[in-house]
Amino acid sequence: MSLTREDVTYVANLARLEFSEDEVTALADQLGAVLDYAETLSGLDTSHIKATEHVLAVQNVFREDEIKSCLTNEEALANAPESEAGCFKVPRVME
Amino acid sequence: MEYEIVIGMEIHVELGTKTKIFCSCPTEFGQDENTHTCPVCLGMPGVLPVLNEKVVEYATRAGLALNCEIAHFSKMDRKNYFYPDLPKAYQTSQFDLPICTGGAVGIEVDGVKKDIGITRIHIEEDAGKLLHESADGTLLDVNRCGVPLIEIVTEPDLRSAEEARAFAEKVRNILEYTGVSDCKMEQGSMRFDVNLSIREKGTEVLGTRTEMKNLNSFRALIRAVQYESKRQIIELKKGREIIQETRKWDDTKGVSSSLRSKEEAHDYRYFPEPDLVPIVLEPSYIERIKSKLPELPEAKKKRYVEEYKLPEYDAGVLTTTGVTARFFEEAVALYNEPKQISNWMMVEIPPLLKENEQSMETITITPALLVELLKLVRDKVISGTSGKEVLKEMFVSGKNAGDIVKEQGLAQMSDTGELEAIIEKIVADNPKSVEDIGAGNEKAYGFLTGQVMKATKGKANAQVANEIIRAVVARHLA
Ligand SMILES: [Zn+2]
Repeated sequence: MSLTREDVTYVANLARLEFSEDEVTALADQLGAVLDYAETLSGLDTSHIKATEHVLAVQNVFREDEIKSCLTNEEALANAPESEAGCFKVPRVME
Repeated sequence: MEYEIVIGMEIHVELGTKTKIFCSCPTEFGQDENTHTCPVCLGMPGVLPVLNEKVVEYATRAGLALNCEIAHFSKMDRKNYFYPDLPKAYQTSQFDLPICTGGAVGIEVDGVKKDIGITRIHIEEDAGKLLHESADGTLLDVNRCGVPLIEIVTEPDLRSAEEARAFAEKVRNILEYTGVSDCKMEQGSMRFDVNLSIREKGTEVLGTRTEMKNLNSFRALIRAVQYESKRQIIELKKGREIIQETRKWDDTKGVSSSLRSKEEAHDYRYFPEPDLVPIVLEPSYIERIKSKLPELPEAKKKRYVEEYKLPEYDAGVLTTTGVTARFFEEAVALYNEPKQISNWMMVEIPPLLKENEQSMETITITPALLVELLKLVRDKVISGTSGKEVLKEMFVSGKNAGDIVKEQGLAQMSDTGELEAIIEKIVADNPKSVEDIGAGNEKAYGFLTGQVMKATKGKANAQVANEIIRAVVARHLA
């Protein structure tokens, strides 16, 4: 198995996810299996293939620097679970 | 043991585009909270960002001005982190293939010149502004979200607070010249991060570094570097280890402190931004931008010395900012007396700007108005002393020099008859001075001249007055 329980806990923490002990074990197994499967690609000789920097073959999609209309303050805050003084309100964060 | 300070900087500069980097919201500063937003910069699901072409152009221009290589191929990446200043929970930035690499900027501190290496410049979006004003939460203003930034990353080539300042100022001047940013520090258009470590002088290995983020003035930059380097040296002298950490600089208290809450190692899990396609710049595009670069401070300074025969010091001061240089050049075009203009711009104008709460950006005196005044002084219509008074009045009332001279009767007194009468009286009233002159004390002439200036409220033509004084005194001594 290529993935340890510590790996799972670490990634879960970065993604702000919480799992029980049993779930961590199960995920280490399952994600490990996925990674092992993907690992089969490493068996191929890719020395003659150009590295893929980006999956899209398109390039240089730009827009002109022209102002278009914005949402009003009310529209911007319409879906906010909480707001105050024209702002989105989130749980207190410290600097 | 002798210690050496090693500093690397990251400079964030907001680009002066009209709209944000990935959407068409305006970038204008100082608007009501959350009035410059759209689904893209609010991070709504399902929206697609499109790169602003001006961001690519400005980043290329900045890179060329800072002597960088412009990448033929670069791409955008996602930098993931949880902090409510970015609604998307990631910042769109550039990771392994930035738009510019490998530049250098020359600085000079105490007569020593050196080059500071620039590792890379990448483009990214600014975050929103968190306001800590609510009693039970934190407020978010998204207006700044998506304002385009370039981040300039240096090599660890700086060795003192003075070098850091000189470098930061040089970069600001160059960017201001190129017009890619207004570089207004008070509006957060330019912010400095400092990575600092200490090592034994003569060694090559870098010590453990700390990072201070978002220093928003040159003063804060200097003080933060001085404080942090001293702190680290004291720690090392006590035999303690430096902890690699982010530290917060408190400019009011003048101290840095550990940000323990952020000690958890950052793992940004960068990956290529699937919603934005790569940027491919052809040599012809880069060449075109290069050909449109304005004359940069260094070249301008050299030209001022050669073309206008100005001392290097004057040329340096006048080319410090683009607006100052433009003012000077406009004045010289109207009146070919570079040194006289330079003197007035360097000596007389700065204190008046301060007094009237103006800057070279907001100055109410135009080059043409200054030139009109300088011509009055050159033609001896008014004395240099009166000229200074007139300039002061020009700032306050906005009137032109000619009108002020007329209204206040400042035209110089060159009428010998009138002056002779005044001088006769002064010499008669000061027999001690005449005696002193007779005894060989030439300084007493200065006193008499002063009295004449006082009596004429500075209007006496100094040269004419001096000739008359000498004649009258000689007569008294005979
Ligand atoms: Zn927007």
